[in-house]
Amino acid sequence: MTPTPTTVTTVTRAEYCVVACAEAWRGDGEVLAAPMGTVPTIAARLAKLTFAPELLLTDGEALLIGDVPAVGARSAVTEGWLPYRRHLTMVMGGRRHVMMGASQIDRFGNQNISCVGDWRQPTRQLLGARGAPANTLNNPVSYWIPRHSPRVFVERVDMICGVGYDSAAAAGPSATRFHELRRVVSDLGVFDFATRDRAMRVVSLHPGVTADEVRAATGFPLSPPEGPPPDGTTREPTAEELHLIRAVLDPAGLREREVPAP
Amino acid sequence: MSDGHAGYGTGGANDGRGTGGASGKVMTLDAIVGRLESGMTLGIGGWGSRRKPMALVRALLRSDVTDLTVLSCGGPDVGLLAAAGRVRKLVTPFVTLDSIPLEPHFRAARERGALELVELDEAMFLQGLTAGAQRLPFLPVRAGLGSDVLRVNPTLRTVTSPYADGEELVAVPALRMDAALVHLNRADARGNGQYLGPDPYFDDLFCEAADTAYVTCERIVPTAELTRHAAPQTLLVSRHAVTGVAESPEGAHFTSCAPDHGRDEAFQREYATAARTPETWRAFTSRFLSGTGEEDYRAAVRSWHKEQR
Repeated sequence: MTPTPTTVTTVTRAEYCVVACAEAWRGDGEVLAAPMGTVPTIAARLAKLTFAPELLLTDGEALLIGDVPAVGARSAVTEGWLPYRRHLTMVMGGRRHVMMGASQIDRFGNQNISCVGDWRQPTRQLLGARGAPANTLNNPVSYWIPRHSPRVFVERVDMICGVGYDSAAAAGPSATRFHELRRVVSDLGVFDFATRDRAMRVVSLHPGVTADEVRAATGFPLSPPEGPPPDGTTREPTAEELHLIRAVLDPAGLREREVPAP
Repeated sequence: MSDGHAGYGTGGANDGRGTGGASGKVMTLDAIVGRLESGMTLGIGGWGSRRKPMALVRALLRSDVTDLTVLSCGGPDVGLLAAAGRVRKLVTPFVTLDSIPLEPHFRAARERGALELVELDEAMFLQGLTAGAQRLPFLPVRAGLGSDVLRVNPTLRTVTSPYADGEELVAVPALRMDAALVHLNRADARGNGQYLGPDPYFDDLFCEAADTAYVTCERIVPTAELTRHAAPQTLLVSRHAVTGVAESPEGAHFTSCAPDHGRDEAFQREYATAARTPETWRAFTSRFLSGTGEEDYRAAVRSWHKEQR
């Protein structure tokens, strides 16, 4: 089962998602890759082992790790100290690209992780705003949505935690100065905001996903690509990437639990 | 967000902070809680389900202190106090059990509208505490602009940079407290507190931004012991900012207190499961939280663990 560079194996949806998330950090240089979720964690490590070796990684707590262990495994090398208060300083300094989750996200990239319903007495209380307001105003932000559905991709979020393009613009130059939403990766495809009005558009769909499926799972109209998209289908992992995902970074197959086969 | 700046430059701020004799500032948990009053603003250190002063929270639950304003990067501290109806107002960027993302009692309290909430971003919370510790009225921060944190906190104001950039930023008001509660790994009898884990969280800022501060620790040791095997920068909290100190082994249980002990994940699951219905929660409180002190609590937890084997 261990693939070698010449073996052809079926790539799972979860593995396309790993590669699509890893691509978010391409070209970032010496910044902290801050992933939330299993697939983004594997992805950040994959990026570091391949095309983005300068990335900084954490152990998920207070340490910068100098090695690239499998997801869930203990790091053996510490290269830095990053307790929460230094982490927040790093956010405010901008040397970080976070991939956050979202309980709701809208067409301009506003994100909610606080609560569903009326904030004063929510129907469903979630985490709270956490660091989403600071993240979105200070360092590049991407989003990972493991289950693309109209309950997550909504016309309007109930509480703006992560700031979208329209809200940043309305708040003025201090809000837009360092605001940058890079991409949204879901189990169905890759999306970004590279449109004239900064509304979400499709960049690529994962193999096997149809445009109708995405339309039905999205609570707002996705902008059509302006001109032909760079590539309508999410790229294949290379043989080396597949080997790293399967044998090195996630031998336990945790990715398949976060994104089950369709 | 305690009332005004009461305590600045007054005798009140230094009550009980004398250097003391041989026993210094050592107090019992119940004596510490005896200094707290209904209606106070309390800061609780730690982060999520990590290094929370849970023994003090349990002691609080044994008292009749209520109507509290609580500042916390919240975990089961907030959950327990909210479940017991002791929190009038909560100031927080989040409440979580970490390995269990959503805190069940916090959720329930919010969903029945039983909790006044001041929801801040983490960076705003940090700047607010820093302003509180430095006796500044506010500190500017970019975070919050464009987000609904400003909508749900209509009293928050922005401030315009007086320099050429002219930037408009959020002015986070100082977070001040009547009392701060933190749990550390070691302390001496004078109130010097030491953390031995990887993250100080905001515990020193909580102590410095409070009129009184109480440190519990796994072990009280002679001052010379503190740095015998640890670097001096582990000395997180200095005695000038500490009113009282209590030894409370496993005082953070069931939250983590690295490296002394990890989170008691099995017991945390039991806690979260028990929170699902009023009946199971009553059974949980009667089994674990109705004793006369920490000894009873630890014995109940030990016997529960034995049953699980």
